[in-house]
Amino acid sequence: MKILVCISKTPDTTAKIAFTDNNTKFAEAGVQFILNPYDEWYALVRAIELKEADPSTVIHLINVGSADTDPIIRKALALGGDEAYRVNSTSGDSFYIASQIAAIATKNNYDLIFTGKETIDYNGSSIGGMVAELLGLPYISLATKFTLSGTSATVNREIEGGEETDEVSLPAVVSCQKGVAEQRIPNMRGIMGARTKPLNIIEPVNADSLTSIDSFELPPAKAGVKLVPADNPEELVRLLHEEAKVF
Amino acid sequence: MSVLIFLDQSEGHIKKNSIEAASYGAKVAELLGTTAEGIVLGTINEDLAGLGKYGLKKIHSLKNESLNNFDDAVFTDVIAEAAKVINAKVIIFSNNFNGKAIAPRLSVKLKAGLVSGAVALPELSNGFIVKKNVFSGKAFANVSIKTEIKIISLNANAYKVVEAEGVAEVTELNVTIPASKVKVKEVNKVVGEVPLSEAEIVVSGGRGLKGPENWGIVTDLAKALGAATACSRPVSDSDWRPHHEHVGQTGLAIAPNLYFAIGISGAIQHLAGVNRSKTIVVINKDPEAPFFKAADYGIVGDAFEVVPKITEAVKKLKGI
Repeated sequence: MKILVCISKTPDTTAKIAFTDNNTKFAEAGVQFILNPYDEWYALVRAIELKEADPSTVIHLINVGSADTDPIIRKALALGGDEAYRVNSTSGDSFYIASQIAAIATKNNYDLIFTGKETIDYNGSSIGGMVAELLGLPYISLATKFTLSGTSATVNREIEGGEETDEVSLPAVVSCQKGVAEQRIPNMRGIMGARTKPLNIIEPVNADSLTSIDSFELPPAKAGVKLVPADNPEELVRLLHEEAKVF
Repeated sequence: MSVLIFLDQSEGHIKKNSIEAASYGAKVAELLGTTAEGIVLGTINEDLAGLGKYGLKKIHSLKNESLNNFDDAVFTDVIAEAAKVINAKVIIFSNNFNGKAIAPRLSVKLKAGLVSGAVALPELSNGFIVKKNVFSGKAFANVSIKTEIKIISLNANAYKVVEAEGVAEVTELNVTIPASKVKVKEVNKVVGEVPLSEAEIVVSGGRGLKGPENWGIVTDLAKALGAATACSRPVSDSDWRPHHEHVGQTGLAIAPNLYFAIGISGAIQHLAGVNRSKTIVVINKDPEAPFFKAADYGIVGDAFEVVPKITEAVKKLKGI
């Protein structure tokens, strides 16, 4: 079986968010970048588990980004995965990125394409659905459990107040979130092995961006907490009713 | 030209977040000088004409029972057909679970730019710019959609429902329903509770409550407020509460009008799921708890003493 795992580089969860160039660019100075948690902990680990169950499985990783992302890709390879592709491009929205992924997928005929639920910086949650439509494949979004049975899969998907259990024939695209797998730490062997695994840098195919970011904004600063004494909780209720007007 | 709004339904009822999308879509139509129309798929137990009160002029309904099972590819094809028939230039979804599956597919199918996670009406003075949440609620991006057809999926509780007078014309949609490649085997959901993604008030508990047997103070307050209940990650991981209650970076992201955090310290990962809440109240016995820095109101005290008194005060205020 051949699996493609889509991975992204994102700022660390605790990064300070600021913008430069007249609020048109994210300020990268001093920011630590990581592998998008949903991609790493759920999409990639699940693929690795499937390979552990069936060692003939081949796992490819794909990223659309610049050379800055290579250390992050190596980190992903250290966790697992046989080879990686990096489409050498930083310009482009979700549609553009999905188009690059679809171009590779069309060449390589994957049985399964995993993405994370969303990236923690853009929060688009669109790549999986776009890739599925570009390839004419079924898409199960926001999976909380993935079980393979031969050439089909049983996938639990999150819905309001619960879960739906779906059955789908492969090939398919699945976006992954908590529940699909457990986060892992790369071991020394994995880290050493990652150095020799192929990281193919390829040029992007011609594709459009259908949207572009004009500018960023920070939310207005909060006024600071209004503390109410513990012996007067009725005052809190009064404030919420009369001042905040939330009930 | 028109604005088309997808009205997501569950068990025959239009979801609350879709009503918000309808009001939003009606306003967008007004700004563009055109009409707002809705599309509903599957068996509906509501009076569709009544949806006119949210500003929808027409409802396109496709009652086929097979559509009671969600399939994002099938829904995408049907909505795309309908969009072509009515010459829809803007298509609106709620950015809920189904919206997140359909909108990206539709974006590709119609080559229509998509902004997912919108929090405001489009800015039309210089193109078509939609504000959305980015960096997990820590910032906004103003995104320009450059294509002729545009898709917006609206975040829950980002636009207030507007009710007026009006009756919508209801028509049967005449499109082919493609075969489904996904089989829905089972649906497991908690019934009779306010769904977390739709709740205007949420009462949430953390490790500070020490164990699942102590959750009474959370559920009592939630009941008094008519609120949904939520929890932090450690609580969910320890199986003290059902997993669908987990809010945070790796759980659900919510934006209620009021978020009550009881016994939760306020780690960055938790904040990422709740920082878009309009008002945050923190009850914690540790005055150094980081959550107080993100809170609007707070009480430093023992939750087991303070929260029941808050519940009493709420009941008294509401006369219940």
